[in-house]
Amino acid sequence: MLLFVFQFALGPDRERLAGTLPGLLWLGFILSGLLGLGRTFLVERENDCWEGLLLAPGDKSAIYVGKLVGNILLMLVIETILLVLFGFFFNLDLASALPGLAVVIALGTVAFAAVGTLFAAMTAQVRARELLFPVLLLPVEAPVLLATVKATEAVLLGETLGSVAHWLKLLAAADVVYVAVGVLTFDFVMEG
Amino acid sequence: MRTLLGGVTLAGLVGGLVMGLGIAPREMTQGNVQRIMYLHVPSVWVAYLAFAVVLVASIVYLVRRAEAADRLAHASAEVGVLFTGLTIATGSIWGKPTWGTWWTWDARLTTVSILFVMYLGYLLLRGMIDDRERGARFAAVLGIVAAFNIPLVHFSVLWWRTLHQPPSLMKPGPTMPGIIVAALLVNFAAFTLLYVYFVSRRTRVLRLEAEAEA
Repeated sequence: MLLFVFQFALGPDRERLAGTLPGLLWLGFILSGLLGLGRTFLVERENDCWEGLLLAPGDKSAIYVGKLVGNILLMLVIETILLVLFGFFFNLDLASALPGLAVVIALGTVAFAAVGTLFAAMTAQVRARELLFPVLLLPVEAPVLLATVKATEAVLLGETLGSVAHWLKLLAAADVVYVAVGVLTFDFVMEG
Repeated sequence: MRTLLGGVTLAGLVGGLVMGLGIAPREMTQGNVQRIMYLHVPSVWVAYLAFAVVLVASIVYLVRRAEAADRLAHASAEVGVLFTGLTIATGSIWGKPTWGTWWTWDARLTTVSILFVMYLGYLLLRGMIDDRERGARFAAVLGIVAAFNIPLVHFSVLWWRTLHQPPSLMKPGPTMPGIIVAALLVNFAAFTLLYVYFVSRRTRVLRLEAEAEA
């Protein structure tokens, strides 16, 4: 559906489409990611497994890492599907850009899911969670989105990864910082 | 004590205004418009100071569970958002005659507005949670995430684009006459005092609210 809206908004102008495509691609990833991430802990809430999680022995950060890995895998699957659809509908040459694209998407997804999983655990315990989750998550992810969109743009234009090394470093730094903060603070989110 | 602090702050603000708007010379190319710098630059300083305090107070809260630290973080975030807003407003007013536009997607404008939205979310989260202790915990986590995010926001937006003039105070070499520097420093001091005053008032109100509820 998203793909149709993009096509309606941009019309048949191929040049303009090519310029805005990286942004649109990530917009798609984010929207699908928001839906998935926001529901990370809903199952536990609904069938009362939450108490079980709280009572589980050992480090709570293990729960975080588990949920994080699950979210990353889920997002990667969705992103692959979206990417194929994008390539199909907008007639992109994905094959040549694929290795670079994979690196960018992997780095960006980890950063997105790391904060998303942490925030999902918080907002699961709050009223108006559907509203609060994106409001909290999107501003924090602003640097990640900027970096991924810029890097994707360069990769789709056929440039090498070396030319966007600074963006990749930023993404890697974001990954490390977000995961570290998530692991360290998750205990406090899961206390009650 | 608090009243005295308020008095000193008021004197400092008046003194800073007199120095900035009256005594300091008119800037050559920009004219009187440049004088808004005396409010703009100290505002952004206070905003960053406030967010740094949020970070420290959040960590202290999570480690020690001192409610005072939580109230400090809360008050500091509120004042920080206020001054971030002031920074954007004064910058806009200055930008219209100087750059010819209210808003441009320049690096620092973008950075500051992202911070603004980020900490608005922080205050929103606090408002949404009824349970006091849980609210304090979540807010502390968010305060830490947001603070660690500031450098990332800064660099990402910087590489994206920049149009803003580099900071004029720390540059080596005498670029500004002494009186302008003096006026700016007085304003820095006055704004910092104002921040301390606001935060001390606000933490007091928060403490009284907590006592009234208990």
